Amino acid sequence: MLWHKDRDLRGADCVILPGGFAYGDYLRAGAVARFAPLMESVAAFANAGGLVWGICNGFQILCEAHLLPGALTRNTSLEFRCIPTWLRVESVDSGFTAGCARGDVLQIPISHGEGRFVADEETLAMLEREHRVAFRYVRRDGSAVDGESPNGSMHDIAGIVSERRNVLGMMPHPERACEPLLGSSDGMQLFNNVAKLLSGNGVMPVAAVS
Amino acid sequence: MTSVQFAAVSDADLAEVALTRTEYLHLVEGLGREPNRLELGIVGALWSEHCSYKTSKPLLRTLPTKGPHVLQGPGENAGAVDIGNGLACVFKIESHNHPSAIEPYQGAATGVGGILRDIFTMGARPVALLDSLRFGPLDEPHQRHLFDGVVAGIGGYGNCIGIPTVGGELYFDESYRTNCLVNAMCVGIVEQGKLTLATASGPGNLVLLVGADTGRDGIHGASFASVVLDADSAARRPAVQVGNPFLEKCLMEACLELAGDPRVIAMQDLGAAGLCGSTAELAHRGGCGIEVDVARASRRETGMTPYEVMLSESQERMLIVAKPGDVRSLQEVFERWDLHSDVVAVILPEQRFIVRDGCDPVCDLPLDLLVDGAPPRGAPGPRPEGPPTVTAAGIPPPPWTPDEAILQLIGSPNLGSRESVYRRYDHQVGDATVILPGGDAALVRVGGTSLGLALATDGNSRYTALDARQGAMIAVCEAARNVVATGAKPVAVTNCLNFANPEHADVWWDLHDAIEGIGEACRALEIPVVSGNVSLYNDTGGTGIDPTVVIGMVGVIDDVAQRCTAGFRDEGDLIALVGPVEAELDGSEYQRLAHGVNAGAPPRLDIDLERRVQSFIVEAVSAGLLHSAHDCAEGGIAIAIAESCLLGDIGAWVGIDELGQGEGLIIGEAGILFGESQSRFVISFAREALVRLHELAGRHSVPFRGLGSVGGERVCVTGCIDVSLVDVRRAHEGALIERE
Repeated sequence: MLWHKDRDLRGADCVILPGGFAYGDYLRAGAVARFAPLMESVAAFANAGGLVWGICNGFQILCEAHLLPGALTRNTSLEFRCIPTWLRVESVDSGFTAGCARGDVLQIPISHGEGRFVADEETLAMLEREHRVAFRYVRRDGSAVDGESPNGSMHDIAGIVSERRNVLGMMPHPERACEPLLGSSDGMQLFNNVAKLLSGNGVMPVAAVS
Repeated sequence: MTSVQFAAVSDADLAEVALTRTEYLHLVEGLGREPNRLELGIVGALWSEHCSYKTSKPLLRTLPTKGPHVLQGPGENAGAVDIGNGLACVFKIESHNHPSAIEPYQGAATGVGGILRDIFTMGARPVALLDSLRFGPLDEPHQRHLFDGVVAGIGGYGNCIGIPTVGGELYFDESYRTNCLVNAMCVGIVEQGKLTLATASGPGNLVLLVGADTGRDGIHGASFASVVLDADSAARRPAVQVGNPFLEKCLMEACLELAGDPRVIAMQDLGAAGLCGSTAELAHRGGCGIEVDVARASRRETGMTPYEVMLSESQERMLIVAKPGDVRSLQEVFERWDLHSDVVAVILPEQRFIVRDGCDPVCDLPLDLLVDGAPPRGAPGPRPEGPPTVTAAGIPPPPWTPDEAILQLIGSPNLGSRESVYRRYDHQVGDATVILPGGDAALVRVGGTSLGLALATDGNSRYTALDARQGAMIAVCEAARNVVATGAKPVAVTNCLNFANPEHADVWWDLHDAIEGIGEACRALEIPVVSGNVSLYNDTGGTGIDPTVVIGMVGVIDDVAQRCTAGFRDEGDLIALVGPVEAELDGSEYQRLAHGVNAGAPPRLDIDLERRVQSFIVEAVSAGLLHSAHDCAEGGIAIAIAESCLLGDIGAWVGIDELGQGEGLIIGEAGILFGESQSRFVISFAREALVRLHELAGRHSVPFRGLGSVGGERVCVTGCIDVSLVDVRRAHEGALIERE
């Protein structure tokens, strides 16, 4: 666990920005946290190709910090949503998803009030073209929700990766889906993927090493 | 004393601090002089019903508060019980009704903030929140406004601070039209050795005020909560505080870092009556005195008087008692969390409550008179003769077929799905919620152990309105049943007693009877009461709420892997009813919906049978015999079966002939289907378990009747009900959705 006021990443192999309400998020989710002293080091680490994983509030912070494109705005329902969701793995060329197969459906819950991914048409087209949409909200059976996602995200986007595939931002909480006792263990796959990559057994995706 | 001295006190002055003339004279007598204005305000706050419990204290003394697991009973910020593994579970429920009626979002949010502080003040890390809510009929725009605001406020605070809201209850009734109820419960865990008390000691020790600066918000909150609401109540909005959950998060982490630290002699949060209430209670518990210097408290605003500083209910503040030599090092801990702290008081050897404003002494009161001196209020009059009994007899039932009746009931605001509420609460943060909201009780695992805490709140005010004593007993039993349905054993109770104006004899006697009922049920079930709260004066313009007893129950299951849930599970499983079959419709949800009245007597309760039924369920779950167990509550057997179908997403076929046989009852009769007889569970299990369950039921002498089996996509009761699960779900899920 790294302290927000520190700047030293203490040799971390992968930085995870977890969920929560950093500094209360009274203004706009992640808007204050991006200025935390630690974030300077995180940005430098990401820009150097280090693995950075933003989950929920972490994703919001990464967008605010411009380490990922787009923004996360209030859910179209204008209400907080804590519900199970199903994600289709759309891209497997990042270290986070390398162990999954394209089209896999993962049951992972969301818990947020500001999770609607928005971006301009150009950015959306780029994300699609470059296969940078990591996860999309789908129905339980894997079929498309066609705009009916739990937060109204454009293109039903639940998670995206950076151009170099070393930064992942996602609104759903994989850490809440790591044991059957809590309803799903699908999220564990993502942690296993990262662990495998870091232990040297995984193949670093081409984009990340180039 | 200085310039604040004044001669005669007017009725208006007394009304402002909510003291009666008799109480004032009692104060003057005890003091041997007239109080100054500040003293009068301080006494008014501490002698308010909210702080002094002057009406309820003599009654509450009768409750059973001891037991082999009790580590801390009533009197501290919260109760604590031993749950094994060297851990204590700390919990309490508290009302925030009056503020929520005026400003629903902040009222509810600060209610959550306040109950959280009560728990982490004891050194315990909060692990779960529950909320018991009551409003008037939801089709009225104002009620929708209150409901939406309260739900948003609970979510806004709980989600932000990161404590899961795992359960609670929600009812709508005419009686809450002008007085909504918002009761918040918090549950925390602490190593027993780190349990921290709010008992000051050591004259010369210093008192740190940590957290938010003091502002003008919430002045007179305690007095406000102790009078009836009126047309001017909206003008009292300044008496409602504003919450800052992020500040509380920092305060919580800092306080938990210090739990068990020998430098911390005592910890006390600031709640009702602000600095005044907290300093007085802290010193009083320790049998010492305290001298507060208001000039040392950091302010949010300029020009605040000592009176305002002492009575401000600004949120997110905490007091820490420490030796002078430890103060600086403690302040450093708080500074790491960006928390400001001031030394505002010193502990005195003699039991006095002294307030200074810099060099000026502005208040000097005997502490005992201040904290314990409010004259207790007894019965305002003899027990009134019961009002003419309302009866449903003359009112013909609506021409509902049983199919229509079940859909009407399951789609009604009181029985409909709560999903649209709890999806707005983060109920999973912390990765410990094993049974999510929507079933009988939530189950939260205890980190680092196999233990689970089953948590529920319950209280059916229709029953207490008809018979406070019986209704209160049922509330205890039902809360226990919710916990038992998971396989957990109930260990202790917290309670929130919401009543109207106790100066009316009928209300006072209802309070008296309800406390008696809680006591009797808790003694019979051997579940001690370890904490609680009383909220009186839930009355607006002479219209009071029905007596409402909310029981918060904590149960422990040794191994969460053994837990049982309420939803039917496997095709072909057998369904059985455990408990009695009677055809009682009085006080039921069906009676209210179908006949539009709440009449007669609440369901009968055989407390000894109740105990046996609960033991049977706990034993059956721990033996691994059950696939589901669901408490049979509002809406009776038919609704319990439908709910188990919805939760398991599978149908059921029930032959209700079994129920009527030999009882002289008519099959398909509303009383059998929807009557709310007590001490019952609907269970399901694999066929192979039947013999052992029969045998177990015999050993516990509990009625056990096979009902049918699990399967298909319809809810069928032979000869009367046959509805598709899709239709049942549609009705259930639409119950709280706003109709355009």
